[in-house]
Amino acid sequence: MKFALFLGCNIPARLTQYESSSRAVLEKLSVELIDIKEFNCCGYPLRNIDFKASILAAARNLALAEKEGLNMIVLCKCGFGMLKHADHLMKEDQSLLEEINNTLKKEDLEFKGDIEISHLLSVLYHDVGLDNIKEKITRPYKDLKIATHYGCHALRPSEIVKFDDPVNPTLFDKLVALTGAESIDWEKRLDCCGAPLFGSNDDLSMDLTEKKLSNARQSGADFLCNACSYCHIQFDTVQGMINSKGSENHPLPPILYPQLLGLSLGIDGETLGLGENKIDITGIKGFLSG
Amino acid sequence: MFYDISLYICLAIFIIGLIYKISTWLSRKTTLETKDIPTSKRLSSAIKGIVLTILSVKVLTLIKVFFLDIILQRKVFNEDFFRWLTHILIYVAFMLLLLMHALDKFITAPLFADYSATLNPFLFLRDLFGALVIIGICMAIYRRFILNPPRLKTNPMDTYAIIILAIIMASGIILEGTKIGSYSIYKEMVTDYAGLEEGEEEYKALTAFWVDKFGTVAPGLKAPFKDEIIEEGKELHEMSCSSCHSRPQWAFTGYIVASLFKGAALGLDKAGVHTILWYIHFLACFIGMAYLPFSKFLHIITSPLSLLANSVMDKGESDPANIATRQALEFDACTHCGACTSRCSMGIIIEEIENVNILPSEKIQSLKGVVSKKEIGEKDFKLILDGVYLCSNCHRCTDVCPAGINLEDLWFNMREDMFQKDYPEFSLLSPLSFYRGLMRESISQEDYKRPLIQAREAIASKCDLMKTPDKVVSLTPSDREFQDSLLLSDQASTFQGCFGCQTCTNACPVVASYENPKEVLGMLPHQIMYTAGLGIRDLAFGSNMLWDCLTCYQCQEQCPQGVHVTDVLYELKNLAIKNVYKD
Repeated sequence: MKFALFLGCNIPARLTQYESSSRAVLEKLSVELIDIKEFNCCGYPLRNIDFKASILAAARNLALAEKEGLNMIVLCKCGFGMLKHADHLMKEDQSLLEEINNTLKKEDLEFKGDIEISHLLSVLYHDVGLDNIKEKITRPYKDLKIATHYGCHALRPSEIVKFDDPVNPTLFDKLVALTGAESIDWEKRLDCCGAPLFGSNDDLSMDLTEKKLSNARQSGADFLCNACSYCHIQFDTVQGMINSKGSENHPLPPILYPQLLGLSLGIDGETLGLGENKIDITGIKGFLSG
Repeated sequence: MFYDISLYICLAIFIIGLIYKISTWLSRKTTLETKDIPTSKRLSSAIKGIVLTILSVKVLTLIKVFFLDIILQRKVFNEDFFRWLTHILIYVAFMLLLLMHALDKFITAPLFADYSATLNPFLFLRDLFGALVIIGICMAIYRRFILNPPRLKTNPMDTYAIIILAIIMASGIILEGTKIGSYSIYKEMVTDYAGLEEGEEEYKALTAFWVDKFGTVAPGLKAPFKDEIIEEGKELHEMSCSSCHSRPQWAFTGYIVASLFKGAALGLDKAGVHTILWYIHFLACFIGMAYLPFSKFLHIITSPLSLLANSVMDKGESDPANIATRQALEFDACTHCGACTSRCSMGIIIEEIENVNILPSEKIQSLKGVVSKKEIGEKDFKLILDGVYLCSNCHRCTDVCPAGINLEDLWFNMREDMFQKDYPEFSLLSPLSFYRGLMRESISQEDYKRPLIQAREAIASKCDLMKTPDKVVSLTPSDREFQDSLLLSDQASTFQGCFGCQTCTNACPVVASYENPKEVLGMLPHQIMYTAGLGIRDLAFGSNMLWDCLTCYQCQEQCPQGVHVTDVLYELKNLAIKNVYKD
């Protein structure tokens, strides 16, 4: 099993533990990752400003992976959504495809639409398989309650991203449950983390984050698990900012899925970059058995 | 005499230029917080910082950086072997030429008692170094003008650098070639060192030997020569010449030139071409030196300084005065090599958004104009600001910069500085601002919020209808052009299916966040879809709802009519921004 690893911009610059933990987990599960250093911005942050520019940026990434004949594995949900969107639109609209390919031709690239774009969670669920992962789990969690956060851009628009059932998704819950943790039911599990507005309307963004976190807390979660760079930074760094403003709530530590899974696979905390998280998550080791 | 005068004039210009440059590093301002720090304080902080660093353990870091990043050019090596080889060939061989050949009186001669430029190994080494520089120059020309990778820009300064180097090297080699063949130089030296005059038998023998073996071109003398004449010439040569002259074949580049010009050598000699070349050669060197502080060759000094400073400085820990000084210096440390642009995450979008300032290598050049208070028109200023903001803050430019420039910090500081001019920047209203949000604690609250408000207001100010509380609008599409553009768009064409059922608005987490959403958001999602259907541009563009959309796709997922609500909002945002740019 071989994929081109798409990291996007946030992970190498601000969330290196997501990369290191994903690499460690995927290596353990015999998924080979190929790095394409020419990859650029996924296009997502440009959609507000210029549709064509965002599609072009996404298309260049797809064409680069296609040139290597590799399917893509994406860690960030916003990046995943954007790449799927671009892939979908270029297959739908011949004139858009031609226009984009005309530009890409200058670099000897071409989008043909021959590759699959998958999020990390989909690869684990569909390609590796729950049973194969379960076999390798050496230290399952005990009595650990996890609020599983799906992330908007993986779920919706469902006809394009085709990640899971948009109304009642179970993919991520099952992945969390196989580590021995309990993926709790909570009202706001499919809601937005607030990150898309952070930087342009902080009050609204933080308000949404806070509401979501307190719903998770009230539902009894010990940790919040996510698998997206924007969501994670929002729940980690931005939650820190909210709490430092004198919020009465105790922090709800967010953990990246490969960190959660990695520990139960017996990978050490340092490799998984537990110490890189802003809000301390080392307490999770106390829930491991064996 | 002329040589000395021109040397001293150029040296003086070089020194004055360097002092001027240093003064700009201590006075130019890149950060808001250091606006009021005077030059004297910047100078004392710099000296204090340097002394304290050298006396601390950080000196080990400096030594490591000096060898790996400055001497061995590790960063370029890791990025691109071809570029590394090009640069190493040019800079190592040129430095060696400078030390061994140009400064021979001061360095080579005192070090080696038997030094003579025409004796091996020096004769051979000079040509070897010269050849290596020429290979490097050819590789640079190949990269910039033939290979021409996407988005690599070549500006007049890059061309100047290649040309001046090429002139210095070519004039030197051709000069050597014409001197090898020159009869007049030969005659003069024979008179001086062997005491022989033209016409004498011995003179003839020696000349025959030199024509045969040393490439001299003498009038009326041509090989083949009789063995005994060569034998006699050889004896005379060993007596008077060989102690100072190795065989010219060792000077292989010059010898090739001499061989090529053999037929014309007498004419060239009579015309005194070697004297002209000598002037060209040393004047090119002197001009290169005088202009160095103002050209990209200043990086010989500034890039190492930038690499060293960045290896021991930390945002937050280092004296802000020193950070400002370092950033001012970084503008001069940029060699316009294009490494940042080749790795820029945003580079590709220049194909859609025509603004060269998106590319980091061009951005830094434009920003240099901004900090040096050059007159920049409003239109250009806005373009630079747009370019500086169209950045995903992925840090790759900074990671690969061979001069160690902390570009990401430079962009960040310059953005905030440029916001002070109060021009609206619309990219602020996008997830590109995520990084700025994360950095908000380093900006004063007022400076943080003002540009965001300005951007929204600039867009809203174009929407007169939004400002009137009681609206009377016609039900026939009022703006066909606007409607057509939506219909043609890949993402918005579904808007006409809206029948105003409000499912989208009910699903919207942003609407749900407010007690009185209309007051804060203006039009709500279903109303925006409907106004788009009616073709009322102002109402569609003027709502805060547009910019407060999370793009969570709840509305679109739930729409019973298949309207791509989120995508329509995206398209409207694009159009609203284009609409303000149009004016």
